[in-house]
Amino acid sequence: MNLAAQDIRHNLGRFALTALGIGLLLMLVLGMSGIYQGLVFEATQLVDEVGADFWVVQKNTRGPFAEVSRLPANLEFRLLAVPGVRSAQSFVAHTIQREQQGRPLRMFVQGLAWPDDKGEWLPLTGGRPLGQAHYEMIADQILGLALGDKVPLGKDVFTVVGVTKGMASSAGDGTAFFTVRDALAIQFDLPGETMRLERAARRHRAANQDFGRVQPELLERAGGPSSALPALATPLVSAILVKVAPGTDTAAVVATVSAWPDVTVHTHEGQRQLLLRGNVDRARRQLGLFRVILVFVSTIIMALIIYTLTLDKTHDIAMLKLMGARHSVVVGLILQQALLLGALGYAIAYYIGQWLYPLFPRRVMITPDDLWMLAGIVLAISVAASLLGIWKAMRVEPNKVLS
Amino acid sequence: MNSAAQNTPAVEALGLTKVYGRGNTEVVAMKDVTFTVAKGEVVALLGPSGAGKSTLLTALGLINPPTAGRIVIGGQPVLDADRALVNLAAFRRQHLGFVFQKANLIPFLNAVQNVQVALEINDTRPRQARRRAMELLDYLGVADRADHLPDALSGGQQQRVAVARALANQPSLILADEPTAALDSHRGRQVMELFRKVAHERGSAVIVVTHDHRALDVFDRKYEMEDGRLLDRHEAAGSA
Repeated sequence: MNLAAQDIRHNLGRFALTALGIGLLLMLVLGMSGIYQGLVFEATQLVDEVGADFWVVQKNTRGPFAEVSRLPANLEFRLLAVPGVRSAQSFVAHTIQREQQGRPLRMFVQGLAWPDDKGEWLPLTGGRPLGQAHYEMIADQILGLALGDKVPLGKDVFTVVGVTKGMASSAGDGTAFFTVRDALAIQFDLPGETMRLERAARRHRAANQDFGRVQPELLERAGGPSSALPALATPLVSAILVKVAPGTDTAAVVATVSAWPDVTVHTHEGQRQLLLRGNVDRARRQLGLFRVILVFVSTIIMALIIYTLTLDKTHDIAMLKLMGARHSVVVGLILQQALLLGALGYAIAYYIGQWLYPLFPRRVMITPDDLWMLAGIVLAISVAASLLGIWKAMRVEPNKVLS
Repeated sequence: MNSAAQNTPAVEALGLTKVYGRGNTEVVAMKDVTFTVAKGEVVALLGPSGAGKSTLLTALGLINPPTAGRIVIGGQPVLDADRALVNLAAFRRQHLGFVFQKANLIPFLNAVQNVQVALEINDTRPRQARRRAMELLDYLGVADRADHLPDALSGGQQQRVAVARALANQPSLILADEPTAALDSHRGRQVMELFRKVAHERGSAVIVVTHDHRALDVFDRKYEMEDGRLLDRHEAAGSA
């Protein structure tokens, strides 16, 4: 006869409510772990999905995810000339916030190197990759945009032609993909008056420098569009993504490019680590600490519950001892209840979480590793929590029956 | 069973003394108590409150060891003062049965399970334990209440189940502390007669602490305690 099961059957309602409470608590622990994993995933997803072997960024910067990085777009061609480089593509990324149909629309703008990169690698859930050099965009579903939606950005209107799932920045903003040129146009969208003033200022700066004085043609062009003046205009891109040819020693190519005095190179793993140690590090540590505290609190709460359940049975435990029950009978009664409570709580946490986590505004990512870890934690909590009850039960004297 | 084994007393208490506290707070609850109970004998322990009856009973039940003296049960020395000579828990489950004023049934077990648990604690297989528990409930006239939880049983029925539990492992000694105090006179007498029946039919010795003078005729022997001492004037059955 299983005493623990009999006791639970007798107090089923109370036991179920207790298990529900513990389940909700464990759901918080699991959710915190999911938020933590989601944060890491979102932070590194773009770097992983892009699949570059290394990132070339402005000298002495940590790249576009950590700080402002500005490079001339034509660096792409210089990189293509390096032996072993298979492709070099401009990378533009920045965050903007606009209003769309009366609600704030915050998006992480990323440029695709059209026509080489149309976004075929993106996890599309609907629509298609970019089909033309301008005025099309692919939006992540976090942004709440539907296929065919028109989004005015800068001086242009973009049509949503594709929808992705789970593409977010490290801050959790949904990503929108444009061609690099459109992304730059959105980034450097300036009012007409500002552009006229900038052109006049540019002419003035050029006229006061040697190359402006000795090259009148260049001076004339200083008053034209920025795109016609790469040497004088605002640096255009955030980074250049480089892939090496198959069979090439990536480290050797990285060493070559790293020797250039105007750029810094980060490998794929280096960029990943920069993201984890930089952008999301504090949030990650904060969540990690909070998770530890939650586990600690859960242990205490569960220990108190088990202790209270044991206190309720003090008289029955004394009777069992009087009848000569071995310690294992009493320990089994308490431990089995604690384990069952933990197991039920775990199941409740899992099933409620499956339903609730997708409703969270940011990704909550439950991995099999997390589930195994929580199972281990629940086992440890159950055993640790039952220790207090067992300690109390061991101190119960058989003659307590007489009181 | 040979005659030597048959003649061995069920329980021998030799010079039992129990002292609580020390110095100014010292209280002598039991003083130099010596007595013997034979197998199959039903003995009453009488006396006013505070006389030391329960102290003696719990000492014999191996749950409240004496400060001095020796206890021998079924010919086996078990306690020498507060020093255990055997594994007390194991000895209790194999040789002793208890009944109290309150039935002390485990509330989350039904009647048959309350008896069954005593058997399973003593390593009887569950199926066999259940069969034996049902036999005992039948013997005590409560088999029809076997599936009821203690809450659903009357006081008398609860006490019968408690007696069944005490008998489960065929103990050589049954200790009962005011088992009829919560029962009316009719049911109280029924329980006392039950003890007599058990002792005489099964050979267990039964020691009953009682204030209930209405059913004293069922006892083979009556001892009286006062101020922690066992008085000399114990009476055999029929001389009351």
